[in-house]
Parts: sequence; C-alpha cells; structure tokens
Amino acid sequence: MAVQPEPDYSLFTAQEIEFVAEDELIEIVPNMRMDPLNLICGDFGPFLPQIAARVPLWLAVALKKRGKCTIRPPEWMSVEKLTRVLEAERDSEREFQSLPFHYVEISRLLFDHARDDIPDIYMVRSLIEDIRDVRFHKVQSSLETFDGRTSAVQIKSLSAMEVNIVRPFVARALQSFHKLDSLLPDTDSMPNNQPQEADKAAKGRRVLRGR
Amino acid sequence: MESESGSGSGSGDKPSDGTDDFETLISTTDVELLRRAWRNEKAAPEILRFETHLIDRVTGQLQLMEETVDDFVESGIDPLTVSLYQMDLDRTQFLLRSYLRIRIQKIEKFMFHILKKNELHDRLSKQERNFTRRYSEVIGKHLEESVLLNLPDNYQSLLRQSTTSEEDDMVAEPQMDTFVVCKAREYVGPSELQDSNKSLTTDLLMEMEPGELFFIPFKRIKKLLENGKVDLV
Repeated sequence: MAVQPEPDYSLFTAQEIEFVAEDELIEIVPNMRMDPLNLICGDFGPFLPQIAARVPLWLAVALKKRGKCTIRPPEWMSVEKLTRVLEAERDSEREFQSLPFHYVEISRLLFDHARDDIPDIYMVRSLIEDIRDVRFHKVQSSLETFDGRTSAVQIKSLSAMEVNIVRPFVARALQSFHKLDSLLPDTDSMPNNQPQEADKAAKGRRVLRGR
Repeated sequence: MESESGSGSGSGDKPSDGTDDFETLISTTDVELLRRAWRNEKAAPEILRFETHLIDRVTGQLQLMEETVDDFVESGIDPLTVSLYQMDLDRTQFLLRSYLRIRIQKIEKFMFHILKKNELHDRLSKQERNFTRRYSEVIGKHLEESVLLNLPDNYQSLLRQSTTSEEDDMVAEPQMDTFVVCKAREYVGPSELQDSNKSLTTDLLMEMEPGELFFIPFKRIKKLLENGKVDLV
C-alpha cells in the first residue's frame, strides 16, 4: 500500500526557475496596435506598430506565438559578445564571467519561440551551450576544494539554473562536513561520503532528501 | 522611439533602509514582493513571518482582476487581450497558492515545535493557527489511539520517547544550520554575520557585496533575512 511521497516544496523545479525568469523584461516590436494592459504585475503599453516596447518575457512569448510581434534578442545574446564571454570563461580557472542571472532560461525560451528573430541562431546556440559546459565544469572542479573548515562559499556570478542544479548536493555536502567537523574537533575529518556524492553530481541532478 | 516600460500598479511597501537608489524610489509591485516572499519561504528551513498585508492586498487584486476578466469576456473585448489578462492572473494565483502550500507543508512537518515556540507561533496567520491547532489535535488523537496506547506505560507520550527523556525529543525541529543560497541586497559587513551563539570556534570574517551569491548556514543570515538585507534564492 505505497503512498506517493509528497513533493518536497522546498526545492525549486526547473519549471519554477523558468517561471521566475519569465518575469524579466525584454524588448519587442509589435506589428499591431493594442491598448495599454493594466495587469496585476504592472502596466504595459500602449502598443503601436513598429514602436519598441519592454514587456515581461512571458508576455512577449505569448504575443509572439500569436504572431503579433517580433522579439529583439537582448544585447548580451550577440555572437561577438558570447564569443568573448566563452573565451574569458576558458581562460580563467576560478572566476565566472558575469552573465545575466537567467541567461539559460531566457535563451532557451527565445530559441523555442523566436527562432527567426535571432541572427545566426545556430552559432548563438552552440556558443551558449559551450559556455554552459565550461561553467559547469568549473563548478564541479571547485566543489573538490571543499573541506571541513568551509563555513560559507562565495559563488559570484553563478546563474539561476546552475545554482539550482548544485544546490541540493552542495547544501548536503557542506552540512555533512560541518557536522562531522564539529563532532571531531581535533582530527582532520575527511568524510568518506565525498566520492559518492561527487559521483552523484557528475551523473546529473539527484535530489538528496534530508532526513 | 520607445514607449515607457512597465511601472508598478500595486502600492508595495517601500524598503525602509534609507538608500536612495533609483530602485528603491520606484515602488515595488505587490507581485514582486510576493515573488520574493515565495522564494524566501521555499528556501528557508523554518517557517517565516506571514506577510498578512501583502497577502490581503494580493487577494484583493486577484478578485478584482477576476471580475474584470469576466466583464471583458461578456463585453466581447478581443480574445487576445482577455487571454493575456488571464495569463497574468494565473501566474499571480500560482505564486499565492505555492506560497500558502509551502507554509502548510512546513506547519505539518514541524507542528508540535511550532506550538511550543511562541516566536514561531506568532509568525502564522489566523487561519494557519486554527489549522495547526486542529491538525495537531487530530494527529495526536490518531497516534494515541492507534499506537501509543498499545505501548508500555513509560512510552506513551506523544512528545517524548519515554518518561525518562529530559526533553521533548520526539518533536521534529527544523535544521537551522542548513546551507542556503543567499544574495545580498546591500552591503553586509562581517560583524552582521556573527552567530549569536558564541560557541562557534571560527567566526565568519566575511563580507557580502550587494548582488553576490553565497552558500551559507541559515542561522547566520536569519536576522538579515528578517531585516530584508538578503534574499534567499
């Protein structure tokens, strides 16, 4: 008589991260005229043909799906800028380049819905994937530097998706370190659950449920 | 030529920390405040203060918007606009429901602990307090009748392992040293990160610039979270 375990609401799913990202503002160029929208989350418009407007991403995607506008890709999404970011990421071992917090979600949504609005879309897409790979490798290698003395970890310029992926693992790892370190104040505590947890991280996201 | 970007339609509370950034001069919308409360609640291990005024305002706005949408549908406004309003409505409703749901989940998990600690009990809304009381009665009764009364005499307490326990050790408590990801909204000096419990051997000599992300034990930033100086992600 197994009961479905209740979803743990304290973890963000990828869809929820995307939900938050959809509130970011983006520029569109409407091709029709529309009265101002007085939404709960803000007032937008009026919309006039060929005159750019800034709206939340979800609104832009909805309008785009109905063929009412074109979306202007954000300025960080150009081939030159991304190439520069990719090179900088490859050059620095520890540092993360500053990218918009929701760059993964924003680029994903635009690829899915606004293909024709992005110049050189294949180039842009492969650049972004490369950037994601390089950054994630950096995250993984910096995970190996944790030890019992780590009481806080600074992660400048990490993006929302990346944070969400490592969050369960890092939180549990740090907590185990902390606990084991406090139990044995004098010995060099090398918790032997580290290699297993590193494997879990390498295999992709695994939710580590708390007791 | 660009038309004006969205401006807040709700009258959110302005952050009262006195910085004159451009950001604080624009009032934050209620939806943004709700989103922030939702994120904080999701990431925090213990239950946070219930945002009574915010929730009241948002519920009011949602009701108003529902009526507006109904009017639109009747008066035949073009379906595109109606669907956009409906989408916005759905999004806000999702935030509200998810916020309430997380809180209920936390209450169910830490029910007896909340009833014991006044500080936590004060953080609940009126309906949540009702819920906690009734739920704990029902669960208590159920556990007693189905399990506890069948155990030997010394082990019949709901809150203690046995009558020889010194404290209520069967009560689940939230883990306050869970590591959470937080983002500073303004500069945080090292002194503010000291744990009030001075038994820590390593004091955290660290500062946080606005906009930086940190993995940090929850108990260190608990105070800062209440003051609105950091956000959980």
